[in-house]
Amino acid sequence: MGHVTTEPISPGALVALVAAPECGGTCLFLGTVRDGPKDGGVTGIEYTAYEAMVDAEFERILAEARRQWPDARVAVRHRLGLVPTEEASIGIAAAAPHRGEAFAACRYVIEAVKQRIPVWKKELRTDGSALWVDPQGRPAVVGPE
Amino acid sequence: MVRLRFLARYAELLGREEAMLDVPLPATVADVVRRVRDEIPGGERLPERPMAALNLKHVRLDAAVGDGDEVAFLPPLAGG
Repeated sequence: MGHVTTEPISPGALVALVAAPECGGTCLFLGTVRDGPKDGGVTGIEYTAYEAMVDAEFERILAEARRQWPDARVAVRHRLGLVPTEEASIGIAAAAPHRGEAFAACRYVIEAVKQRIPVWKKELRTDGSALWVDPQGRPAVVGPE
Repeated sequence: MVRLRFLARYAELLGREEAMLDVPLPATVADVVRRVRDEIPGGERLPERPMAALNLKHVRLDAAVGDGDEVAFLPPLAGG
């Protein structure tokens, strides 16, 4: 199964993918679309991706996590298309014999995602505007960099 | 011949998502960038040093490009 979906992410399904009798700790991370006080009225985010590379890069990241935490089991889903405010754009579940490995593997994957997964987002605002968002979270200037 | 992919904002800036480009070999990704900027309509809107991927892997601009390769230009990533 690929690591991207246009459907809502099911935390329960992700946890079920990593559940195992030998795992005593499971860490679940959800990244959700935010409309904070400084975000200017975000109704949703449109996620686009270089899909073939997303799957390839996720496989590399998960392989790295397996090498570092061999007893951990990790699953990840990134949602594409329109994701409304409060819904999850990414879900990561990591299960391991003990909580330390589960937290560490989960943290490793989300930080690698931020650095390496080729996904982009366009914020949709209540005023009808749509703006590409840069990695620091600011709307991107339209035009050549 | 290399296949070019322009992603997200770069696709909007250039008005296209894909292109084929004849590149004399040996060549690097930086050579491909120069030819895009010189030869493809709107190509000057691509930054001089964009993030790039070669055959679905992140690469530096000095990576060697071969016939049949796919070179993708990636705006600053914003996943997660």
